[in-house]
Amino acid sequence: MSDILARLEGVSRIYLKGKERVEVLHELDLEIPKGDFIAIMGPSGSGKTTLLNLLGGLDKPTAGTVNVGGAELSSMSNSQLSHWRSTNVGFIFQFYNLLPVLTALRNVELPLLLTDFNSKERVKRASIALDIVGLADRAKHYPRELSGGQEQRVAIARAIVSDPSLLLCDEPTGDLDRETADEILRLLQVLNREHGKTIVMVTHDAQAADYANRSLHCDKGTLEAKEAA
Amino acid sequence: MKYFRLIWKNVWRKKIRTSLTVLSVFVAFLLFALLSAIGFAFRGGVDVADAERLVVIDKISLINPIPMSYLNRIAATEGVESVTHSTWFGGYYQDPRNQFPQFPVDPQSYYDMYPEVSMPPEQLEAFKRNRTGAVVGRELAETYGWKIGDQIPIQATIWTKADGGRTWEFQLEGIFSTDDPRGSTALMLFQYDYFEEARAFGKGTVGWYILRVAKGADPIRVANAIDLQFANSPNETKTSTEAAFAQSFTKQFGNIALIVMLILGAVFFTLLLVSGNTMSQSVRERIAELAVLKTLGFGDGAVLGIVLSESILIMLMGGLLGLGLGWLIIQGLAQQMGAFLPGVFLSPKAIAGGVATMIGAGTLAGIFPALKAMRLSIIDALARA
Repeated sequence: MSDILARLEGVSRIYLKGKERVEVLHELDLEIPKGDFIAIMGPSGSGKTTLLNLLGGLDKPTAGTVNVGGAELSSMSNSQLSHWRSTNVGFIFQFYNLLPVLTALRNVELPLLLTDFNSKERVKRASIALDIVGLADRAKHYPRELSGGQEQRVAIARAIVSDPSLLLCDEPTGDLDRETADEILRLLQVLNREHGKTIVMVTHDAQAADYANRSLHCDKGTLEAKEAA
Repeated sequence: MKYFRLIWKNVWRKKIRTSLTVLSVFVAFLLFALLSAIGFAFRGGVDVADAERLVVIDKISLINPIPMSYLNRIAATEGVESVTHSTWFGGYYQDPRNQFPQFPVDPQSYYDMYPEVSMPPEQLEAFKRNRTGAVVGRELAETYGWKIGDQIPIQATIWTKADGGRTWEFQLEGIFSTDDPRGSTALMLFQYDYFEEARAFGKGTVGWYILRVAKGADPIRVANAIDLQFANSPNETKTSTEAAFAQSFTKQFGNIALIVMLILGAVFFTLLLVSGNTMSQSVRERIAELAVLKTLGFGDGAVLGIVLSESILIMLMGGLLGLGLGWLIIQGLAQQMGAFLPGVFLSPKAIAGGVATMIGAGTLAGIFPALKAMRLSIIDALARA
């Protein structure tokens, strides 16, 4: 189906901890339609982040296939995955993970360094991304000069600057107060509804999950739909 | 180049640490420049030696004189185009600290032997005409402020005069120069005839012969033919190229090249440890940032290149500053010590070697941290962050 952006079939992920085999995901199937906004909830160690890593091409399944946007990630080499990530997926982390030595603008510009755009074009696109997240006036500020919410906005701008179809958010509001968290979640909603981004968000926060179109519950390596409250 | 801003900002993330590392690189390359230049001076004529010039010395030792009577026999040897001679005088001007090389020579044949040396023809003629005349290199004339016509008394340390005196008076008849920046002009030449007539001992001898091999002749065969002529005589000879002669002359001071190499080896080994430690710390501190770069799509090669470039950039900053200041100091040293230690010169070869060393040392210091960054597991690094 062309409406499906990502499809996971029979995905298992087993880690070795010493001699012990730990199965984090067990024969998991999942389809993510284009333009969806999914919240994945579940206890710590349930496999939420592993699922996100597989969708983002940061990890490979032990068994099964991961297909995102027509690309079969499970069979790609590390360098192919690097290249794929640079254009197809944006990552948003709990602790923002901005480079402290670069200004907001230069942090947002980072993914564009991997493109053929010249310096002027890169700055133009990074400025537009900052404008979308409402931080055009903070372009020359360093991360240490920004609040947590502003840092996360910069991280979101960095995630969308190369116009990927999929945004993967790992606890994007986990380090923020309620009010700021709501601002960030509203911004994600705007990106989903107005800019057509497909978003998969891992969260522990039930209120955050309410901003998503649907929620999935991850436990012991399997997924199930969560009933709306 | 598009990564330069990122590399530059990373290099200066810990300003004090980077400044100290750059400073240590700076000192190492300053030392490199100074020792290279001094080593060059001690190598003397080795680098400016002419392959078609041979030098004939006593087989036992350079300090043993050889008979003047050998001149015609050497000149008559097949393959020899021209011959001249020279002798170490070893005097000083006014004060024992003012030492520089002086040689009694035959003006015309000596001048003909060294086409790279130039002097106005009228000065050469005046030198030839005046039995107590002398010529000096421009470097020496500038050091002591000598002008044509000056009387220059030289105190002998070896060659006393027949009348028991040690002071040799010369009139300055000419000042010569050379186009080759590596060639020294901190020396004095005077008439052998005057020397021969006035000296108290050693008459009928010279220090060494210099000869030019005829075009097409094999220098090795010519050298063997000369040495064969004087075999089993009281003064057997050893004929070698000018470069080998210059090297044997330098070895009288000890193996300067080895000493310089050992000092620099120790300095650069320490430098590698210092800068390697800086790079290791730098990578260790930003494991999460490197993982983020890889998450964004920076490949293994890009991450390796970024970290290696940082290491090389630190070396280049300190190294170029060190070489630059070294070059300035050497310009001053060459003027101050020109007479005492002629030929102090930072050669283009040494500069190129220095830059290559910076890149090599930067690569060595950065390669292990860079490999660590390249092999970083994104998931592990992000989980630890």
